[in-house]
Formats: sequence, structure tokens, C-alpha cells
Amino acid sequence: MSKVLETSELKKGASVDRRGALRLLGLGAVAATAGALAPMRASATPESAGLLMDKLSGSKSYKSGKVTLKTPAIAENGATVPVSVSVDSPMTDGNYVKSIHLAADQNPRPEVASFHFTPASGKAKVSTRLRLSKSQNIIAVAVMNDGSVYKASKLVKVTIGGCGG
Amino acid sequence: MAKKPRVKVPSSAKKGDVIEIKTLIPHKMETGQRKGKDGKPIPRFIINKVEVTFNGKSVVTADLHPAIAANPYFSFHARVTESGTFNFTWTDDKGGKVTTSKKINVS
Repeated sequence: MSKVLETSELKKGASVDRRGALRLLGLGAVAATAGALAPMRASATPESAGLLMDKLSGSKSYKSGKVTLKTPAIAENGATVPVSVSVDSPMTDGNYVKSIHLAADQNPRPEVASFHFTPASGKAKVSTRLRLSKSQNIIAVAVMNDGSVYKASKLVKVTIGGCGG
Repeated sequence: MAKKPRVKVPSSAKKGDVIEIKTLIPHKMETGQRKGKDGKPIPRFIINKVEVTFNGKSVVTADLHPAIAANPYFSFHARVTESGTFNFTWTDDKGGKVTTSKKINVS
């Protein structure tokens, strides 16, 4: 009976330590990320969007071409802006698009979405709808299976911002 | 967490075809930017992940942020070489999941 009690007490002690350690780690990670990306800002900037893309793609050198980014020239309603990205690739086991990342350079935060593909995707083309707070550039970056990275961007003019209240 | 998703997958295709799949799930996608009537910010609550598999193998995965519009819509593609089932999973910030599936006949 006493042995059982001791075991459970030990377990309790251990889990509190682990929890405390994890919390410290988590705080550290958050602080590091915040520090690395940008000082506390109310809005993304072309610079923070660029830094985000560098981090997501693992590269700082971008090629042009291959990426077709379709956006409306003028978005009447920033709450829903249709966007499509397609990347020229055969999508075979040896030659395919691993990821497409989307960023917005004047939204409250630059990150928009990341899509991860496999050769089974057949075509590296996605369509979705974005929320844009104001006129800004949408940036699309495609990361290939060989590590090469391609970038395209388009300016979208927004009539009524999409961030609401 | 969300209402019923809608998914459009062709019911049949030829082996090797690349088909288009459309998905839509009703969800507010609360960005965390809005303020309530009391002036306090309404906390962020979004769908942050969409996963699509075919016969158990990953086809496409999407990581989403608040800049994706409400009622997230995605269309993407898949190359089909055999009959089977597409499985779709949407995951929200609280870990809640919604799933649905669609069969396709490939000849």
C-alpha cells in the first residue's frame, strides 16, 4: 500500500518538473521567434514578409519564372479575395513541387498559408480565398524537391478592407 | 466546431488522370483582430490545417493562418491511378477535427 503511494507521489513530482521545463522551453521558443521575425508590430511589412518567406523556404535566393500567381487587380471586398497559384512542374517522383507558401506584406501578419504536395498531387495548383486588410502585395514562393525556390508577387488593390470591426 | 464540409470529386476517372478537387467548409475563421462590443479583442479561432489523403497516402496538406477568408475554400489536384477513397480532415485551433470522404472509380 505504501509502495503504491510513493510511486504516485514520485510520478506527480516528475510531471510537474517536466511541465515546468516545457513551459520554459515554450516561452523561450516564442521569445526567440518574436525576436527573430520582427519587433512587436501592428502590421506586416515587405521586410517581415520577406523574412518569413526566407524562413519557410529555407533559402534567400529566389528564381523567377515557373510560378503563376492569379489575383484580381482590384478586390472590392477585402474579406474574400480569390487567389490561385500554379507552378510549372511535371510532378514526378524526381521532379515535383514540395510546397507553395503565400504571404501578404501589409496585413496584420504576413503569413497566409502553406500548401505541401506530393508527386500524387499531379499538378501544383491551388486556389483559395484570402482576407486582406488593405491594398498590398501577395507573394507566392514555390519550393521544389531539389531545394530550388521560385517567387512571384502581385499587387492587389483592396477597396474595402477585410479585417472587420 | 464547424458545420458540414462540402467536397467535389469526380465520381470516375481514367487511370493517370489529374483531377481537380474542390473543398469548402463553413467556419467563421475568427482572426483575433476584431473587437467585441465591450472593446475587448475576440480571440482567434480558425481552421489551421487541411489534410487530404487517397487510400491512406497523403496527397496535399495545407497550413492555414487567419488571412484565409471565412468559409475556407480550396481547390487542388490529384493524379489517380486506381479506384479508392479520398479522406479530408480539417483541424481547428483547439484540435477539433471534421472529416469526410469521397470515393472515386478509376478504370
